[in-house]
Amino acid sequence: MQKDIQNSNAPSGANGYSNTTATLALAKASFRSIMRSPSAVVFTLAFPLIFILVFGFLGGGGTHIDVGITPGSDVNNPVIGMMEKTGMIRLVKDKTKAEFDKLLEKGNVDAMIDVHRKVNAPAYSVNVVYTSASRDKGGILKSVLNNLFYDKTLKPSVAEIRESTITGREYKTIDFILPGQLGFSLLSTGVFGTAFVFLSLRQTLVIKRFFATPVKRSSIVIGEGIARIGFALIGALFIILLGHFFFGFTLIHGAVTVVNMLLLATLGVIVFMGFGFIISGIAKNESMIPPISNIVTLPQFLLSGTFFSIEAFPNWLQPISRALPLTYLNDAMRKVAFEGLGLWDVKFQIMILLIWGIGIYAVAVKVFKWE
Amino acid sequence: METPKAIISVKNLVKKYDDFVAVQGLSFDVYEHEIFGLLGPNGAGKTTTLEIIETLRDKTSGEITVDGFSVDKQAQEIKQIIGVQLQAAGYYPNLNLVELIELFAGLYGANIKPMEMLEKVNLQDKAKAKYKALSGGQKQRFSIATTLINQPKIIFLDEPTTGLDPQARRNLWDLITEIRNAGTTVVITTHYMDEAEQLCDRVAFVERGEIIALDTPDNLIDQLVNSGFERKKEVKKANLEDVFINLTGKEWRE
Repeated sequence: MQKDIQNSNAPSGANGYSNTTATLALAKASFRSIMRSPSAVVFTLAFPLIFILVFGFLGGGGTHIDVGITPGSDVNNPVIGMMEKTGMIRLVKDKTKAEFDKLLEKGNVDAMIDVHRKVNAPAYSVNVVYTSASRDKGGILKSVLNNLFYDKTLKPSVAEIRESTITGREYKTIDFILPGQLGFSLLSTGVFGTAFVFLSLRQTLVIKRFFATPVKRSSIVIGEGIARIGFALIGALFIILLGHFFFGFTLIHGAVTVVNMLLLATLGVIVFMGFGFIISGIAKNESMIPPISNIVTLPQFLLSGTFFSIEAFPNWLQPISRALPLTYLNDAMRKVAFEGLGLWDVKFQIMILLIWGIGIYAVAVKVFKWE
Repeated sequence: METPKAIISVKNLVKKYDDFVAVQGLSFDVYEHEIFGLLGPNGAGKTTTLEIIETLRDKTSGEITVDGFSVDKQAQEIKQIIGVQLQAAGYYPNLNLVELIELFAGLYGANIKPMEMLEKVNLQDKAKAKYKALSGGQKQRFSIATTLINQPKIIFLDEPTTGLDPQARRNLWDLITEIRNAGTTVVITTHYMDEAEQLCDRVAFVERGEIIALDTPDNLIDQLVNSGFERKKEVKKANLEDVFINLTGKEWRE
């Protein structure tokens, strides 16, 4: 123990203090810690990947949707022609109304379609009837139809269309599942990770010890945020690339689409971290975090279009779905990835997320506890 | 003896929590390069006083300067020149000792070599270990290493030897003495009077938020003896702890 305690090589001038250095040191420490935390890796990567694997293989042969053509419908129109071309819709014809009603009821037919030329107009009116017996496929059909209606060749002939560059393409299960899983991964990382870390840092007096150094509070929050966003983006990139190369996840503009998705992911994880800050503030101990976090994550997991399109939910449930932030992140992700829209085209979804973000952080500032 | 220079000056410090007065009118100076002990029972206000000086807690009233900086207006400057070991504080989870030292170096803006810091407290063999995996004595030594990162003028140690075995305790005394000999002022709290007697240059007894005695351990003992105090039992030349150390050896068990 006869070492020289006085260290001569540590110039720590009062003038030379750098908040950036402190923030980055915290980000580095936090990132290392997250990478070694089993729960963070499981929530961010393992769960979403398992779901993607399951649905990826399930959907490997392509989903088929059986759509009945209502007797009396116009069959020589571009809408039905395009539907046949997608390869995933099987049209069921030549049955009576009564027969169709039974099939619909059992879910043997996923939906009915009725196309009529509008009176005194060049456009067609399309009437689709879904069945509660087959909600998930109804949801996929809805997405497919939405895509078709944006199609250039259909544009002149169907009412209410918006300009879009998309041409008919196969809509695979993975294209629906992956953005939903990605959104859920971001939600879990943001909520659980942030809540656990800040509660544990507070309870073990790590934050108090930090306060005995010249570091600023903002550096602690920003450093932690950088690490968590970095980790979430690595997870997101991994999920996207795995989905793309192994399950044929559609990335319309390739790398540009990936970058857009990562930008959305960043926004999403920042918003979701706000929930984590709030939970770390109201939880009295670590065992209170999972139940409170589940109150935030579970409804969004189920209702935000992670597995099923929210159009498939009963009418009374849809307003709830449409109030949740994950719904808009999922929606924006799908539009960017599959429809090839730019970030400006999903500005509505981004705006809703921002409004959520402002609301959440307003609460977080009030309930967050440092000590 | 030259007149000692006060590096910490506390005047009429008061701290109230709602209806409870934790500290009522404390005044004392800590001199440069001394080991200053704050002694007293639990709840006497030792930790509160330390945390106010460390700028971690607000005071109700009073004046405190640390190396000429006021705790009210120059907290940031004070944090640059002090090292703080908190009672029962943990460290960032999942990181090893070298990584923790790197983190603190970043927080202090200090340019140090983590291994050198660990060598100072003889933990170089534990560089890749997690803090949680350390023994009690190693944990305290590591905590002290983190207080030295910014080359502080003063370090504050809050009950650093509580819960340690006699070997680890003596080992820590050596370390603290070395740090003082290298020019750092040390402020320490403890429940062990033998420790205060051996280690501290001056001690203050705190009781119910007030200082009831402040002097060198020698003077305080002499005063008591001069007042006619006698121990009930004749003092022997060794005590049971000496027997323990003699039987089990001085080496650390870690």
